[in-house]
Amino acid sequence: MKIFKLHPWVLVSALVLLVLPLVLQPFGNAWVRIVDVALIYVLLALGLNIVVGFAGLLDLGYVAFFAIGAYLYALLASPQLLESWGWLQDHYPLGLHTPWWVVLPLSAILAGIFGVLLGAPTLKLRGDYLAIVTLGFGEIIRVFMNNLDQPFNITNGPKGIGGIDPIQIAGHPLSKKITWIGIEFNSVTLYYYLFLITVLLAVVICYRLQNSRIGRAWMAIREDEVAAQAMGLNTRNLKLLAFALGATFGGVAGAFFAAFQRFISPESFGLMESVMVVAMVVLGGAGHIPGVILGALLLSIVPEALRYVATPLQELSSGRIDASILRQLLIALTMVLAMLCRPQGLWPKNKSGGLR
Amino acid sequence: MHKLNIKNPTNNETNPTTLGIGSIFNMDTLVQQIINGLVLGSLYALVALGYTMVYGIINLINFAHGEVLMVGAMVCWSVMTFLAREFPQLSVGWAFTLGLLTACLVSVLLNVAIEKLAYRPLRNAPKLAPLITAIGVSTLLQTLAMIIFEPNYKSFVNPLPSDPLAFWGAVITPTQVMILITTVVLLLLLVVVIHATRLGRAMRATSENEQIAALMGVKPDRVISATFAIGAILASVAGVMWAANFGTVHHSMGFLPGLKAFTAAVLGGIGNLPGAVLGGLCLGLIESIGSGYLGPLSGGVLGSQYSDIFAFLVLIGILTLRPSGLLGERLAQRA
Repeated sequence: MKIFKLHPWVLVSALVLLVLPLVLQPFGNAWVRIVDVALIYVLLALGLNIVVGFAGLLDLGYVAFFAIGAYLYALLASPQLLESWGWLQDHYPLGLHTPWWVVLPLSAILAGIFGVLLGAPTLKLRGDYLAIVTLGFGEIIRVFMNNLDQPFNITNGPKGIGGIDPIQIAGHPLSKKITWIGIEFNSVTLYYYLFLITVLLAVVICYRLQNSRIGRAWMAIREDEVAAQAMGLNTRNLKLLAFALGATFGGVAGAFFAAFQRFISPESFGLMESVMVVAMVVLGGAGHIPGVILGALLLSIVPEALRYVATPLQELSSGRIDASILRQLLIALTMVLAMLCRPQGLWPKNKSGGLR
Repeated sequence: MHKLNIKNPTNNETNPTTLGIGSIFNMDTLVQQIINGLVLGSLYALVALGYTMVYGIINLINFAHGEVLMVGAMVCWSVMTFLAREFPQLSVGWAFTLGLLTACLVSVLLNVAIEKLAYRPLRNAPKLAPLITAIGVSTLLQTLAMIIFEPNYKSFVNPLPSDPLAFWGAVITPTQVMILITTVVLLLLLVVVIHATRLGRAMRATSENEQIAALMGVKPDRVISATFAIGAILASVAGVMWAANFGTVHHSMGFLPGLKAFTAAVLGGIGNLPGAVLGGLCLGLIESIGSGYLGPLSGGVLGSQYSDIFAFLVLIGILTLRPSGLLGERLAQRA
């Protein structure tokens, strides 16, 4: 494990990561929140990197798994289900508050199952078909989220689900701030540490996967599927595994997202989000873990910084260009320019790596 | 703040009629659904032809093709709005015709430019690279349209009277008649172009084998540009017709028709021109009849808001059972 070699550089970055939210806190919680969301995106990008970067399968419906995780958490830890189904109230007089350590694995498993379900019929096909089918799958999930308020109200339709429980650790909900050895830890800071630990764990998992037999098999499939098959690899199962594992990351990120935002609606899970995660992976360097993290951080933090540029621009353009449009423009340009100028990404692994 | 909402503005947009529960298996309703399905399907067919021609020649799913439809409709709307303001004495019919011609011109220039700038440099790049660029171009066009035309829904003035014509217990609007006639005319023109001109022969040769076609004196770049231009004409006409039929235009209107037209192209066998038309018509019929009967058959549990799902279910089904499509033969797994 190269990454754990104790190097002064590693120590310094560890220290920076530890104190970062405490430094940002005084400037306002909004800054820490931006970093929190960026960490969720890093998690998503790492998951998609397994599918796109390692196995070379373009998944354009990745946000569906994110949505599945988020909705599962929201349903199991909010008043939503009890409100729509009165008889449940007799069983849960105190309300439905499933703890996060129960929901999180469930989200991961459910998303993984959906990943297999989606992958199974399409994996025999060429990559570009897979892209379209996954895109269609993302849309199907979104149509269901939008319309499952009738005849039984499950998802509350376009209005979304609110009142979601925050994550509770050792009896303390992370939505409240705590003071410890004289330092105040805001809610967003607490979530920062939780997300940071998860991301670090995810990075370790990704590295272990990459250097494992499975990881090498995925890369063989990415480089040349026919040759990989000829070498005796069970390409179908390996691709399904990539799909399932990638989806798992999405499910976990979704559950965290729901707990962090405490409100979710179908609007957060549109195609644009899927496209954005793909853009992160591609911009950073598909298949290279540090590159993917860089891509995710860049594409999630830069648009936030652009908000400050957006205000004067909005006045100049009589309200036509606002921050979200600017963000979209940036993502679109990133995808086109990254492919045209630097198809292997900003921080590619080496010459042989990258997109195939 | 404007959130990009890719879904259609209203679910009614793709299925103009909604049925009462009492009318299951009523013959008149079936005729009505078939008419609606054929109209919708012919629009899908026009767009699907663009996908299939491009795919046949350079093996690329041109993701931005749906956006060409949107640009066509938007340009036509802009020209009509401009003419209505500056030259109020001009009749709506003339404004519509001028708008349609401008839309075709702009779409052709746009599609050819996209191919030159975004796809041509990547023609020999790894497989996924042009696909990702195409998605980027699609997003870019949508965002630019949102900035230029503003993100609201705009009502599109229909030049034709809206009184429906009744026959066999069903109704058909003049716009729907126009769509069917236009589609047939365009398809005949396309057949002539493909089978009776030098360009058509060059296109067929290039799609068969680009290198050998080049050896025979065909200029592949020129043929590819021409393919994108023809696809753009078909898509922008479809976009204008779509706008006339449903009465609104907006920046994300190209997404779903584009996706469904791609499904239609796969359904018919991608790379196969008659297949794209057949696939489009089939998909239109499946969607229209399916969404019409879904509500009554499921006892009102699933309503017509699920009509958008049909296309994707058809896509997944066809790829699982018969990946070569209805009319396609050659679709081996290429490494």
